[in-house]
Amino acid sequence: MAHRLSPASKIVAVTAFVFIVVLTPREWIVTFIGYAIVLGIVLLAVGVRPARMARSLVLEVPFVAFALLLPLVGPDPSGFAGLSIAGMWAAWNILIKASLGVLAATLLAATTLPVDMVAGLQALRLPTPLVAIFTFFIRYVDVVSHQYRRMRVAQEARGFRATSPRSWPVLATGLGALFVRSFERGERVHLALVSRGYDGRLPVPEAGMPRSWPLAAMLPVSALVILAGGWLASW
Amino acid sequence: MVISLDHVVYVYPDGTPALRDVSLGIAAGERVALLGPNGAGKTTLALHLNGVLRPQEGQVRVAGRLVTDDTVRETRRQVGLVFQDPDDQLFMPTVRQDVAFGPENYRLDDVPGRVERALAAVGMQGAGDRAPHHLSFGQRRRVAIATVLSMDPGILVLDEPSSNLDPASRRELAEVLTGLDVTMLMVTHDLLFALQLCPRSVVLAEGRIQYDGPTRELLADAGLLARFRLELPYGVVLDPTDG
Repeated sequence: MAHRLSPASKIVAVTAFVFIVVLTPREWIVTFIGYAIVLGIVLLAVGVRPARMARSLVLEVPFVAFALLLPLVGPDPSGFAGLSIAGMWAAWNILIKASLGVLAATLLAATTLPVDMVAGLQALRLPTPLVAIFTFFIRYVDVVSHQYRRMRVAQEARGFRATSPRSWPVLATGLGALFVRSFERGERVHLALVSRGYDGRLPVPEAGMPRSWPLAAMLPVSALVILAGGWLASW
Repeated sequence: MVISLDHVVYVYPDGTPALRDVSLGIAAGERVALLGPNGAGKTTLALHLNGVLRPQEGQVRVAGRLVTDDTVRETRRQVGLVFQDPDDQLFMPTVRQDVAFGPENYRLDDVPGRVERALAAVGMQGAGDRAPHHLSFGQRRRVAIATVLSMDPGILVLDEPSSNLDPASRRELAEVLTGLDVTMLMVTHDLLFALQLCPRSVVLAEGRIQYDGPTRELLADAGLLARFRLELPYGVVLDPTDG
């Protein structure tokens, strides 16, 4: 069902959820567990497999590495087991918020096609040039990457192997050529656009089932309720 | 004359003359091939027909109307320009959005109906929700034609429509094009494709029209072909009176 919610409602719901998570004080550990349970239920309900959740969490590995350092280098390293208590809080803060954020983004990505994401952004009145850039990116990322792959094959077909920094000039020249070709393609696409009456606006129809907004709102509203519970408990 | 060019001159910004003095008239319903060697100015001429380029001297009239800033928008609706590379033409994420692009810009009525009819006209019904990069090259070429057919243009201008197509796709495209009730100007190097579809040919070379007459007579005249650097495929000899 989440696949049929209007893209705009999903984008707003996920963004609101992430904002609520980020604004929650790091000491409210039970509140974060509540968020995780709600998000986990929704993810499983829309059919996102745990394996996919784990794969998406790989994204935050650089932040995890940074966070794990904090208890070692934080101030006053005389706390628990020779680690900095303040550093541990900072690490927890980064880890839990980043994980919930990444999983929320996974929820959006798993239920929304890139095309619909653009339609949603347009429905949310994102500036037209940005919508156009996203639209063309989705359309041409394959075309340009195919071009790059053909170029690499052509290089390798004549014995080129990128093994040392000495091969960097060749790679850089290839990327430069790709840029020029893409730029020229951009000019041709613009000609094709104006030939069909383009006046700066891309028509993207908004799709989605009725009552999308109340359904989508269930995620951030649940988070708000949990936040309110945490706030009451902290008194 | 639904298209008329009157002493058109166009010089590129770097000083290269593309069209030196071109006059040409095309009547409603005609199918005309525009032939000539590489760099002869064929594509430049095609871009004049929907006002993407404007003549520096001379005039371009489409459906009796001079192409100016005031008329260019309507001209572009009447003249469907199909570019050589379908990846340039198909810029939207799905086929349906791309075919609907023109009609939505012009606020034409019944956009979904137009999309369906245009896709059916090129034999691509049912492909509306597919992404252009998932189609074969021949399918993309046909969808590119649908993107302008959905605007109901009276005139179709095609840049190298048969290039890079396998023989079956080329035949399918020829069938699609012969079934269309429009005036057609086709820029091409494919002389047999021109012979199959266009009774009349115009040869552009060095920015001037060098020949304007029946396609079959041109292709049967080895001397003329050699003069314009045009060549039939190996082993093909045409009888000027046949067909």
